[in-house]
Amino acid sequence: MQSAVIVFPGSNCDRDMAVALEQATGTRPHMVWHRETELPNGLGLIALPGGFSYGDYLRSGAIGANSPIMREVKAAADRGVAVLGVCNGFQLLTEAGLLPGALLRNAGINFICRDVALTVASSQTAFTSRYEANEAITIPVAHHDGNYFADEATLDRIEGEGRVAFRYGERVNGSARDIAGIVNEAGNVLGMMPHPERMIEPAHGGTDGKRLFDGLVAALV
Amino acid sequence: MKTRIHVTLKNGVLDPQGKAIHHALESLGFEGVNDVRQGKLIELDLDDDVSDADIEAMCRKLLANMVIENFEIERDHSEAAAA
Repeated sequence: MQSAVIVFPGSNCDRDMAVALEQATGTRPHMVWHRETELPNGLGLIALPGGFSYGDYLRSGAIGANSPIMREVKAAADRGVAVLGVCNGFQLLTEAGLLPGALLRNAGINFICRDVALTVASSQTAFTSRYEANEAITIPVAHHDGNYFADEATLDRIEGEGRVAFRYGERVNGSARDIAGIVNEAGNVLGMMPHPERMIEPAHGGTDGKRLFDGLVAALV
Repeated sequence: MKTRIHVTLKNGVLDPQGKAIHHALESLGFEGVNDVRQGKLIELDLDDDVSDADIEAMCRKLLANMVIENFEIERDHSEAAAA
């Protein structure tokens, strides 16, 4: 399956994401610079990696969300292409309007970089099919602005629609209802703050992230 | 023409930075500070013919995130008046 990683000035998890995608798909992903105006043909999966697009100078992900390639990413998402945004990629997806809500500064102010306990809130998405519902997993986080915020009506709606994919199993950053990752209404766009691409081989301390990529590719092929 | 955009967090949105500043002011012994909210100031130098509607569009599309922030536009006509 053909996949792509969108590379922004400030992306720093793009190569890790590429390794994870190559391992899962068997094919090296296209690395697409944010100034491009077209995506390669036949993509099944687009990843927005972690990092600090445009230095987070306005808000995390705000300037990157207006990069030329994001118009194409939005069009692809509307056509049903799977889009995975991790960390800064999640921030980009909210800023681009592909996912509801916003990511605020962590409640404790500190940058947080460590493994965290997550629970899989739904195994009914293409992204979480290799997990059991309510399963406890471990995935690292590394973020300053991971405090998920949405108004109560939006939170009720996404919970009611089963769109919360992952929750923190501990208080990490102040996120509303401990939300760590959500999918869009159609289920083909996932944004999450933790980094599954940093948990894909035993040397990483676990492989709980690998199952996201393997399950996703299995669901898409 | 200078135009200032004041971006502030909406009421009810947690402002950890404001809280840290508040705490620091208390640590310095200042009394009577009830709350601190931190925002940002973005200063634009605009051609005179840029419309209010365009400035508002800039705010809505990029400068403020309407999910969590409010904005106020302050156009400074004083330079033009002086000239």
